[in-house]
This record gives sequence, structure tokens and C-alpha cells, in this order.
Amino acid sequence: MDDQSVYSASKDTVGASDPLPAAVAATGPIAEPRTQPTNQEVSERIAHQDSSPQHSHHHLSAPLAPVRVAGGRLRDDVRAATIVWRRELIRFFRNRLRIFTSLAQPILFLFVLGTGLSSMVSASFAKGHSIDFRTFMFPGVVGMTVLFTAIFSAVSIVWDREFGFLREMLVAPVRRGALVAGKCLGGATVATLQAFIMLALAGLVHVPYSPVLMLTLVGETALTAFLLTAVGIVMAARISQVESFQVVMQFVVLPMFFLSGALFPLQGLPTWLASLTKIDPVSYAVDPMRRAVFEHVSAPAVLAHRFAAPMTWNGWVLPVGLELGLVAALGLVMLAFAVVQFSRQD
Amino acid sequence: MSEDGSIAIEVDDLHKSYGELEAVKGVSFEVRAGETFGFLGPNGAGKSTTISMLCTLIRPTSGKALVAGYDVVADQAEVRKRIGLVFQDTTLDDYLTAEENLRFHAELYGVPRADVNARLQVVMEMVGLWDRRSGLVRTFSGGMKRRLEIARGLLHSPRVLFLDEPTVGLDPQTRSHIWAYINQLRKSESITMFLTTHYMDEAEHCDRIAIIDDGKIVVMDTPEALKASVGKDRVEIRTDDTAAAIASLQERFGLQATVSEGAVTFYVARGEEFVPQLFANFDQPILSVAIFRPSLDDVFMTYTGRTIRDAEASLTERNASRPWMRAQRGRR
Repeated sequence: MDDQSVYSASKDTVGASDPLPAAVAATGPIAEPRTQPTNQEVSERIAHQDSSPQHSHHHLSAPLAPVRVAGGRLRDDVRAATIVWRRELIRFFRNRLRIFTSLAQPILFLFVLGTGLSSMVSASFAKGHSIDFRTFMFPGVVGMTVLFTAIFSAVSIVWDREFGFLREMLVAPVRRGALVAGKCLGGATVATLQAFIMLALAGLVHVPYSPVLMLTLVGETALTAFLLTAVGIVMAARISQVESFQVVMQFVVLPMFFLSGALFPLQGLPTWLASLTKIDPVSYAVDPMRRAVFEHVSAPAVLAHRFAAPMTWNGWVLPVGLELGLVAALGLVMLAFAVVQFSRQD
Repeated sequence: MSEDGSIAIEVDDLHKSYGELEAVKGVSFEVRAGETFGFLGPNGAGKSTTISMLCTLIRPTSGKALVAGYDVVADQAEVRKRIGLVFQDTTLDDYLTAEENLRFHAELYGVPRADVNARLQVVMEMVGLWDRRSGLVRTFSGGMKRRLEIARGLLHSPRVLFLDEPTVGLDPQTRSHIWAYINQLRKSESITMFLTTHYMDEAEHCDRIAIIDDGKIVVMDTPEALKASVGKDRVEIRTDDTAAAIASLQERFGLQATVSEGAVTFYVARGEEFVPQLFANFDQPILSVAIFRPSLDDVFMTYTGRTIRDAEASLTERNASRPWMRAQRGRR
């Protein structure tokens, strides 16, 4: 916007609400409610809840009635976390283009790569046994949607830092933990919402719209989104420039995606690859989703065994509850780590 | 705090080092409640580093600072409740509307829900943005964004408002506009303001200024007292023969004169008393005469031995004007 129009725009505004004449005259108060008793009341309130001596003599005779500010109570932290969470949602819904563009990749994987592999995979099995490979890929692609959206949301902190908004948050009189928690839940919510769109496509790849299955998948998706947003925030704390985002994508996010079993079964792999898949946290998120899907599709036992073989440690099958517990626990550890990082001060 | 004579900001021997580089080399000053206090100095002099320490954004290496009665290290949260900030780079969310940005702030600062709406309207009307409240900030001009930040800085009724280079990067018209708002605030609100600037004309708006150069306060007083302390007025005369006039000034009055934009320029104490003597004793016709009181440029020159522009030009690329960004990056 050029300066000329800037100026005339602000002049117009001046004409409407008349602040500049006040600025020039500036002898009297410009704020209409000159509520002196309120001032008094408020400063008494402040003095009341704040026992420090500096506070008791605080009588601003400003025309702007002073307002109380956050007092470090839990309620204030919850309010702060909530508004940080809401900001993520506002930004998500305002940027419709992003919602659609971030669907392109999972849809390509599911319907192009998935269809291509499907014909190859079904040919390699005996007659009479058939399965849509895309059914197998579906939970993986949902996981992928969550992975990319969650990381992207979290790493927006780097943009916030670059454009200064992070500072607006960091100087607020609230605990850093509240800010990080709000950001984490916000990113997780956004990633879950994005995954909803993929879940809606379930029917196209022969995954039934069973309410139990859908609710299970939503719950598992949300938990995964929480973990991945927390991981993203920890990374964002360490990324100083927007340009480094590419490095994170190549060396962290893509490996997590490829090792997670989103695209191929984690069974019968060479040892080196099998061990890598077991240290990828995303594996423990995709596996429960796939197990849930295969409980609801009628696949021949031999194929189900081949494709939906559960995660094992040394031959021991991990219960779904333990897997989800691991995801949740790691998410909390990452969140705590992120809080520590953002609480440090130079 | 607003009682007469009470102290809003108290700084004692504050230091900040980044490894070898000492950005702030021990500054001490006090700002009275209700006062508008300015830090004047070239970019990289340590202004922004000092303001960042006072705002609890960076931790001092040593020394002590109290803001609104609270220690910036020990009582960070108490300080944060009582300060408002307007920084040189915008800290708004471009993808939110003006009103959403302020609501975000109100929630973060725990402004009581019942007061939020009225408060938003008051501060936005104050900066003339109430009609644009639903506009996305990304569509705002630089001046509008700065005004919105001022409104936001006042939203939670801070005791001290920090303005770090509040008009940097704005065109002259918008700058004077911003200053109209700041001056209006000074008169209508009994708020303490601490600002930094490298514009001489902006420092004139302050009740008191501290000239800071190379991490140290060189001198501190009211703009008038500082200018008076220079002791000499600048006199410019125009004659038909410039060279003869310079020689004559040297010969008869012992003054070193130079030519600046066609005028013979020299410095002399009490210029208005000197001019009659000049007329009485000068040997050629004087076409015009002008006397200038010392400007803050002259003050800066007197105390640092260079102009503020030279001071900025001589600084190597050390990016000291954005200490917070660097601090965030440096430790990773």
C-alpha cells in the first residue's frame, strides 16, 4: 500500500471518529467514560489481590479507566492457552486454500500410488485372495495427513518469531507453559480437522463408515496429532530461520513418514530397517489405526496376517493400549521439553 | 506510582554482553512516573538492548533494573503486567483482524471479560482505527499497524509504555501522525513513557533524554538544558564576498567561520548579543543574518565528537539493533 493512500485512509478514519482534533487540542480526556469511581474500585481491587507494598498507592487519574491484568492464577493461564488455541483455529479456517492444497499430497498417495501398487500387489497373490491395497494404505495416509499438518502448524512458531508475533506472546504475564500448551492443542486440533477430510474418503477405499471405527480413528488421530505437534514445537524452538524448515522436512519429517509403516507392512523387513521402524514414534500411531481398520474389513486371514501384522517387540505383540500410551507419554515428554525450551531466557 | 516524584524506572549499572561484544556498558538512570524519557543514539548504540532488558525479554549480564517497582529479573511477571510495548518491528498477526489482534492481547493479559469490549473501543478510537476493526492487519499500512500496536500496548492499562523506535520506517507524514497520538497520550494519560529513537526531532518531544553512544550514557537532561549546555549559537550571515567575510571574522573577532550552503557560518556564545557588535564592526555590507539555537544535532556533536549519521555509518554490521532476535538465535 502506498503512503499517499495510507495517509488519506487514516484521515478518513479521523473524520469519522475524530481522534486527531483531540490529539491536537489534547487538553481534555478523549475517552468518554471518565469513571473515576471505577478507577478507584479497580485500583483497590488490584491492591487487594496483590499484597506487595508498591501496589497500595496506585491512583491513576487517567481518563482511561485502568483494568486489572492477569494475576498468575490458573484461570488466567487457561484463558491464555485458550486464546492461543483459538488463534490457530481462526488461522486454519481463514486459509481455505491451505486446507485444499494440503489434501493434494495424501490424495495422490492414496489414489495414484495406492491404485498403482494395488494392481501389482494383488497379482502377487493366489487367486481368490484379494484385497484393495488402498485399504491397507488408508490409515497410513491418514497418519501422513496428521504428520504434515501437525508439523506445519507447530513450525509456524518460526514464522511467528520471524514476524515478531512470538514476542507479543512471550512478554505476556502468563506462564510459558500455558502458551506452549495452547499452541500444541491448537496445532493438534487443526491436524485432526484436516484428517477428518481424509476420513470422509474412507468409503472410496472400502473402509466402512462404522461409527465405532470412525470414532476410534478420530481419537487415535487426535492423540497422534498431539504428539506430532509437540515434536514440531520442540523442533521450532531450535529452528532460527524459516529457511531451515526444509532441513526439518528432509531429515525429520520424511524419515518419520517413510519408517512408520504408512506405505508398507512392517513385517518381514531386514533387521536394520525393522529396528529403524521401531524407533519411529509414528509407527506406534499408524499401527493402532491399521489394526482398527482391519478389524472392520473382511480380509482373507492370510492377507490380513500379511498386511495388518501388529507391531512386535522381540516377537511380543504390543497391545493397542500400550502403543497409544507410548504415543501419549512421548507427547507429554515433548510438551514438557518444549515448555522448558521456551521458558529459558537469554 | 503516579504520585509526584515517584520513580517508574530505576536502572543501576546495567550491563549486557554477548560473548566478547559488550552491547550495554553500564547504564544508570531514573525515570519519574508520568515522565516521557527518551534514549537518543545511533543504531547499535545499545538502545534496543537496554529496552529489551527493561521489558524482561533479555536478561542483564549484571546490574539492576526496577520497572514499576519490580525487579526485571526477580519479578518478571509483575513487571510484565505493568508494561506495554510497541516495538520497531511489528508484532501483529497479519492474518487476524485488528480487533482479533487486540482480543488476543486482552485474553493473554487477563483483562476482565466484562471490560474487554468497552476497552477495545476506547483504545481503537483513540488511534482512529475503530472503523477499521474488522480489517485484516495484512491490508493495513505501516502507519496503521503502528497505531494499532500503540492501541494494543495501552489495552491493559500499563504503568509504563515502552516505545522502541516507534516511527522507524514510516514516511514523514505518518511519523508526525504517530507523534500526534503519542503526544495526545502524554497529555491525557498519566502514563510513563520510555522511548528510543535515532531521530533528533523526535527526541525533542521528550521531557528528558539520555544520549547513548557505544553502550554508555554520554549525557542526560531535558532537551532545553542539553542545548543550552552546548553554550554556543550558530550564526549564519550572507555577504557579497564570502572569502573576505571569513577573513574579516577571523581578524576582528577571532572566529573560525566556514561556508555552508552559501552562508558564512560560525558559532558564538549569546548570538543575539553578538549580532549588534557584528554590525557595528564589520567592514562590508551584510545582506542577511540568522541565529540558530543549538539543535540536538549540535548536542550530539558536542558530547560525542561526531554527528549521529557518522556514528551510524561507522558501525560495522553487528546487528545490535535487534538484540532479541539475535539472542533467540544465538543460543540455539
